[in-house]
Amino acid sequence: MTKLKTQSLKKRQSDLANTNKQLEILSNGIFANGELPTFKDKIAETNQFPLKAKPLEILQINVGYMCNQVCEHCHVDAGPDRKEIMTRETMQQILDVVKTTGAHTLDLTGGAPEMNPNFRWFVEEASQIGVKDFIVRSNLTIIRANKKYYDLPEFFKKHNIHVVSSMPHWTRGKTDKQRGEGVFDMSIKALQELNAVGYGMPDSNLKLDLVYNPSGAFLPGDQASMEKDFKKALMEDFGIQFHNLFAITNLPISRFLDYLIASENYEDYMYSLVEAYNPMAVENVMCTNTLSVSWDGYLFDCDFNQMLDLPVNSKSKHISEYKTELLEGRNIVISQHCYGCTAGAGSSCQGTVA
Amino acid sequence: MSKTYYDPADLRKFGKITEWSEELGNKFFEYYGKVFEEGALSAREKSLIALAVAHTEQCPYCIDAYTKDGLQRGVTKEEMMEAIHVGAAIKSGATLVHGVQMMNKVNKLDG
Repeated sequence: MTKLKTQSLKKRQSDLANTNKQLEILSNGIFANGELPTFKDKIAETNQFPLKAKPLEILQINVGYMCNQVCEHCHVDAGPDRKEIMTRETMQQILDVVKTTGAHTLDLTGGAPEMNPNFRWFVEEASQIGVKDFIVRSNLTIIRANKKYYDLPEFFKKHNIHVVSSMPHWTRGKTDKQRGEGVFDMSIKALQELNAVGYGMPDSNLKLDLVYNPSGAFLPGDQASMEKDFKKALMEDFGIQFHNLFAITNLPISRFLDYLIASENYEDYMYSLVEAYNPMAVENVMCTNTLSVSWDGYLFDCDFNQMLDLPVNSKSKHISEYKTELLEGRNIVISQHCYGCTAGAGSSCQGTVA
Repeated sequence: MSKTYYDPADLRKFGKITEWSEELGNKFFEYYGKVFEEGALSAREKSLIALAVAHTEQCPYCIDAYTKDGLQRGVTKEEMMEAIHVGAAIKSGATLVHGVQMMNKVNKLDG
């Protein structure tokens, strides 16, 4: 069994559950007094403002905020108390759109996407459309959380799902500190089960990638070095194999923002992000080729903007009124949290970008 | 004047030393950057050496910097503490090995 690490901001009735409050913090203080440049000013230095949407490549769908875990740094503020769940009607609208776009990747996220009651129906329908890469972001523990999920590895295999799972560290202490007591052991079991059906094996087409995000107020290290360390430790300690490690930077929003403020690390963290700013990463930042769809069908430039209630700057605001010509070339909506995607080698849901 | 000799925020200003001596400052940072690149030793190993030396030098800026650097590289707290013990062992060993000099002197003067 796992133990919940904390409670959602919403459940705690925290001020930060209000996204306007978060945006206010990100615009005031060190950014308002000129100590640090705003993201807009920074990208303008290299003539990269405004960021423009390129043709759609990745459709990322958040099927609901409900989760069996309450991780300390979750940018979704997900948890068992969150009742926002995508309906089958919205899923059908998405399927209709996927058939018409040139998107090569479908990326399901949450919460724990598997907890949506229509998750399996949606996967079965969507896998018939023939997108090149069909990702499910699984938190791993869900596979062991309840008997009804035990067959997920086989289900994923049947539909050739690309499984992408979070793993903050190869040690129990660091993983459980971020994700809750018992999460490490359960994640290890889930990874072994995925390996057993063929996921993550060197020559296997069943892709299993891990996501590393730092357990505290610091940036991720070099992705390739981290991957080497993860592979060595997980193989030696547990006989686990996987394909790639994506090193992802924690963005200063939601529960991670709450953590930064409570631990008095906010300013130092923002300095670290700004100091590590890399204009090369701006070139390939994920919001320019991705669209994020919320549980209720609204469109956003990325999952982070979704969580900040910053909708796309387009007349096409909902999946039911999706129009390529209105979305392509739109100006991306930005704020200071965007520094998280342009620090160092950059960061995206597919790992580094520069 | 600041109230204390050390201000954590001063670490961010380290790069400014080039402003009063550009050539030497730039040469230092170029050398510094090169030292910490992957080489015969990995960047991770170098980071742990730097952390141990930061403690023996008792440099608060370096301790902050290489603790954070270690975390970024996935170094565990157990590894960090062991590295510091290496530094501490050398420091205490360096003190105690001079005990031989004391013994030599005692033996010469009062043997």
